[in-house]
Amino acid sequence: MKRRDFLKATIAGTAATVCTAAEARPNLEPAENAVGMLFDSTLCIGCKACVAKCKEVNEMPPTIEGNKKAWDSARDLSGETLNVIKVYKNGTAETKDSEIDGFCFEKRSCMHCVDPGCVSACPCTAMRRNPKTGIVTHHPDVCIGCRNCMVACPYNVPQFEYNKLFGQIHKCQMCNQQGVERIDNGLMTGCAEVCPTGATLFGPRKDLLAEAKRRMQLKPGEVYNYPRGDVSKPDSFHEKQVATYKQHVWGEKEAGGTNVMHISSVSFDKLGMPPLGERSASSVSETVQHSIYGFMALPVMALAGLNFVVHRNTEKDRKEHDGGES
Amino acid sequence: MAEIEFDFSAVENRLGVSRRTFLKFCTGVAASLGLSTSSAMVMAKAVADPKKRPPVIWLHGQECTGPTEALLRSEQPSLEHLILDLISLDYHQTLDAGAGHQVEEIKKKSMRDNKGKYLLVIEGAIPIKDRGIYCKIAGETMLDLTHEAAENAAAIVAYGSCASWGGVQSASPNPTGATGAPQVLKDKTVVTIPGCPPNPANFIGTILYFITYGKLPPIDEKGRPKWAYGRLIHENCYRRPHFDAGRFAHEFGDEGHKKGYCLYKMGCKGPETYNNCPSLEYNNVGGGVWPIGVGHPCFGCSEKGVGFEKALFSLADVKTHTPPNMFPEIGDRADASGMTAGAAALAGAAVGAVVGATAMGAKKLDEKEDQ
Repeated sequence: MKRRDFLKATIAGTAATVCTAAEARPNLEPAENAVGMLFDSTLCIGCKACVAKCKEVNEMPPTIEGNKKAWDSARDLSGETLNVIKVYKNGTAETKDSEIDGFCFEKRSCMHCVDPGCVSACPCTAMRRNPKTGIVTHHPDVCIGCRNCMVACPYNVPQFEYNKLFGQIHKCQMCNQQGVERIDNGLMTGCAEVCPTGATLFGPRKDLLAEAKRRMQLKPGEVYNYPRGDVSKPDSFHEKQVATYKQHVWGEKEAGGTNVMHISSVSFDKLGMPPLGERSASSVSETVQHSIYGFMALPVMALAGLNFVVHRNTEKDRKEHDGGES
Repeated sequence: MAEIEFDFSAVENRLGVSRRTFLKFCTGVAASLGLSTSSAMVMAKAVADPKKRPPVIWLHGQECTGPTEALLRSEQPSLEHLILDLISLDYHQTLDAGAGHQVEEIKKKSMRDNKGKYLLVIEGAIPIKDRGIYCKIAGETMLDLTHEAAENAAAIVAYGSCASWGGVQSASPNPTGATGAPQVLKDKTVVTIPGCPPNPANFIGTILYFITYGKLPPIDEKGRPKWAYGRLIHENCYRRPHFDAGRFAHEFGDEGHKKGYCLYKMGCKGPETYNNCPSLEYNNVGGGVWPIGVGHPCFGCSEKGVGFEKALFSLADVKTHTPPNMFPEIGDRADASGMTAGAAALAGAAVGAVVGATAMGAKKLDEKEDQ
């Protein structure tokens, strides 16, 4: 076989395989009965009750920074912090929910993507999406600690315990991990349960999305009766003047959507949300990967090519060797 | 401590309290004001020295006389004795023994004689709509009386929420145009002691400061003495740890309410009301007697725009964020550099093993080639 012929055959073969397998997979759809949370930044007063409750439910220690030993002062998500309230500040930071000279609070926790990057990137199914609830769970019994999920997550959510001898990955599992199982037992997430203003609202994703859209329609300044706890069966309501919402429900469509959605009166790029399109990263990467490895055609061809090159380049050596022996 | 040698027997006789009780009171007031023990002694001397008694003109506008009533019911040592003995109360519509033209004459005379020296206390709101016809005393409107008395006052104190910012009658739709003294007397400095009723301790402390130093204590932009109104109720509230941990009472008599949990969800206005109630409680009654102490959410009675303005059980705007509410900013990342000794040892051992193996391997290869 001539080198030219070989290359021609390889390219043709590749093209044929890629074309057959290259039909891109679409984003995954939200689970029919997916549960989630709606975080309304305009309601958050920064009391951090959710942070405290989260640590209690997940049995995690307070994060101590420097010598400030009196309280939990986690700066970001970590192996011992699954939920943290951050502040956006601008200028004099006088007015709540104002982008200029204002401030507002933003929650950081797992967004529970509909089409999660971490699940796609995990080589050993330690990250799974529950087909019923849509909750993205982590299973340390099969995790090999490769930390691919950390790279795959657009929100920087899965965190590794770097400071431990045998560190593990930790992320929010909506209080439904083994041994906690609040959702399975008909309870809501800890953070939603303690939130005094309903800034963190639990419930079916569909209902939460409807609630978020309803709030988008409200006129700034009018009084709305905000539910607390579980949107499908709120334990109480409170009346509050409506802030000027940005007409954007983060998580409705971002990268295929998320089960934890955010709404705010400050634009999300200022709240540290990554620039994401509607296409999920995992749908793109899986299409590429599955095309390359479709029927193992490309690897086989690549190996054949390499063999050919090696064989050709070592022809002289082989002849000499044979000659020497005889 | 030469001040202690001052003869307090006159005070003991005059006030009917022991020297010890009197000094304890003065030290307590000084401590509330953030002053030292020696300042307390200066204060005690100033109070004991009757020559310094300033004349006081006390006006009542639209109100319920709550501030005066609260003052009369102060305890240990009977504050009303002290206040009445501290100052020369020349005119006070509730407490004056006389009535009619007689007292009005006394007021006018006192204001004439003590020009620039008397203390003006205003209690109650001043209606300004229709040239103030909705509140008249002795045939004159409260508006005119206020301006007249303020003209030559050495200092002006607005006592109570009504006088400070309008109080209950200024709530929408405010048919009489009820207004606080600082808004009426725009060109004057008015010290405000808001509260409904105000804590007499805040009044007496401010007056004692005035008597001792001849000037008013430092005030904020709303005229409130900083020593009393410098902090939010939320900041010093003893239910605050429950707030931070997310433990809230949901309704009166529920489990959380019985356990003394935070009252925020029941509409407590502590997070947006500036007052010293958590530290002084109310009127020296003791035993945790003040709204939050007895299990009722703060009403925000001393805060303009909160008390009588916001619905009783609506949620408060949390005004400030103090420890433990320190917030990481959006861009903050967790510090992941921390490494336990065990992890460091393991990593070290691994590096050592690799280095060792490489060295041994290289040595063996060398030996082979040498052969």
